[in-house]
Amino acid sequence: MSHDLSDDMNDKLKIPHIRSVETRHLEEREALFRGLRNLDRRAFLKASGGAAAAAVAAGVTYPFHSFLPINVAYADESGAAQGFNFAYISDSHLYVKKTNERFVRQLLRAVDDVNSLDPQPDFVLYGGDLAQLGRREELDMGAQILKSLKAPVHMMAGEHDWYYDIGEHWNTLFGPEHYSFDHKGVHFVVLMSVHEKDFWSARGMSPAERMHTVAGLDNAVQSAFEVGAPQREWLKQDLDKVSASTPVIVFSHSPLYKLYRPWNFWTDDAEDVQAILQRFDHVTVLHGHTHQVLTNRIGNIQFHGMLSTAWPWPYAPQGLPALTVQMNRPNPFDANDGLGDGSVAVHPDGLVDKLYNLWNRNPMQVKASYLSSGGKSDIPVAPTLSSY
Amino acid sequence: MKTPALLALALLAASLHASAQDAAGTPQQSPAPASGTTQVKLCDNKTTVQVPKDAPKTREEGQKISDSLMAQWKAANPGKDWVQAEVEAHQVVTPEDNSKLVGTGQSSTYGTVTQQDVQVWNNETYKMAVYGSTVFHSSDELGSDIAVSCDMCHPRAANTHPETYPKFQPQLGRVALLRDMINWCIEHPVRGKVLAPDDPKMRALEAYILAQRKGVPLDYGKR
Repeated sequence: MSHDLSDDMNDKLKIPHIRSVETRHLEEREALFRGLRNLDRRAFLKASGGAAAAAVAAGVTYPFHSFLPINVAYADESGAAQGFNFAYISDSHLYVKKTNERFVRQLLRAVDDVNSLDPQPDFVLYGGDLAQLGRREELDMGAQILKSLKAPVHMMAGEHDWYYDIGEHWNTLFGPEHYSFDHKGVHFVVLMSVHEKDFWSARGMSPAERMHTVAGLDNAVQSAFEVGAPQREWLKQDLDKVSASTPVIVFSHSPLYKLYRPWNFWTDDAEDVQAILQRFDHVTVLHGHTHQVLTNRIGNIQFHGMLSTAWPWPYAPQGLPALTVQMNRPNPFDANDGLGDGSVAVHPDGLVDKLYNLWNRNPMQVKASYLSSGGKSDIPVAPTLSSY
Repeated sequence: MKTPALLALALLAASLHASAQDAAGTPQQSPAPASGTTQVKLCDNKTTVQVPKDAPKTREEGQKISDSLMAQWKAANPGKDWVQAEVEAHQVVTPEDNSKLVGTGQSSTYGTVTQQDVQVWNNETYKMAVYGSTVFHSSDELGSDIAVSCDMCHPRAANTHPETYPKFQPQLGRVALLRDMINWCIEHPVRGKVLAPDDPKMRALEAYILAQRKGVPLDYGKR
């Protein structure tokens, strides 16, 4: 206790500042990331091996404040054309602040995370479900919070944003729900993959009832998500002018494949959309909705999930893609466990290394090489506690 | 299934009406029977119908009385189809079918197991789990201050792993039962009011969570 010591003793001990275990962990982690960006591949491996050896020597089984690097060397080894980075935040599920300030705080944490990235990402993808019940006030507050991001933002809609007024206010705030753009040689497409066939009119549901039904992940009254024929037609025309060698990155809120229908981890016309993307050499799909680390590959298409800032979902009891290395089972006693944000390193060839920045845990990276090799190389670190 | 039972109930209510009124010793709210009619009361002790005294004592007439009472009761209780409505929205695993016991003896206090016994066991058990599902999916029922319900992290009760309790929960510093974890979740992530162990909502939540893991072997202590 410092108050029991004389000033003389205090000087001798030189305790400048007492920091918590968590603060020290975060500092170490940040320093490591900062350092790694300046390393070449060989030095990176050395540093990474060194940290691992130190951890083993210290008998650390759970690297709590000895940060074990799993990732990051995204600098191009050949020294040729540079790729780029973008960040993502997804699934914040904001209620109005007086109802629930927790989800607001968590989105603010993600915004701080992204704003503290150095160098800044080229842009930020917002992965959908900004609001929880599609209300004007929820969307307005979300838009206001996202305005404090330093990098430009590309918005995607989710079902929680949509089914109160069928996208009316979302469109007013953020523009059309499907669009495309080009960035550093990559063609980006943002889809609206959570259209649902009308289940509400026949039941005489009010807008609030319709929204509440869609908001329940396991609510079986709603329809399946789909991109829909008109938007698939638009997608075909949009991609007509793009050559097969151009890398294509698609953003969709629901996974563009069929995983588990009872939770709508599912897009009903996924095969049709995949067929449109078939002719390209390199296609990556990034999706929200599943609130977890999720990895898949179907032919030429690589799929990555995104973390939520609101709450984690368990893994579906069936249909989990073989390439998925699960994230650790979230600890219910740790309010922000299983949550986070992340970033995406785009290689010059257009394939991506996906970083899941799990709050309160070490990050997980899923590399393009892991997917390209069919899961043989660069296998992500498996969790200690998997799903039941 | 419904008609004979309801008919019996309605007639029973009619025959017991006079004595029930005397025993209760309190004035009834229902209108006094008009002269020349008999008042027939539903088993809720509220719903009534006036039947002419000279009405023929036939099965058809009895059915009319029963239908009339049920129609009134249904009109006064719009939430009557809650089980059906809940199951349509949220799948609830059905309990074990005990039909194979029908016709066997010794297993019931009252003699041979009937189809009706099996149906009652099944309906009542399922209804408890379904009620648990309504609580599980409703932030209002859970009394959440922040509009959070159980299903937001546990769709269809996934990852609630009731088969692993009791187990030592290091975060609580003691051995936890399923209900301890339910209450922990209600208090913290949900920010609701904790339930007494015998609260009907707690019992129903346990029923629902266990129902959803039907067939999974018990494995207490599993991490």
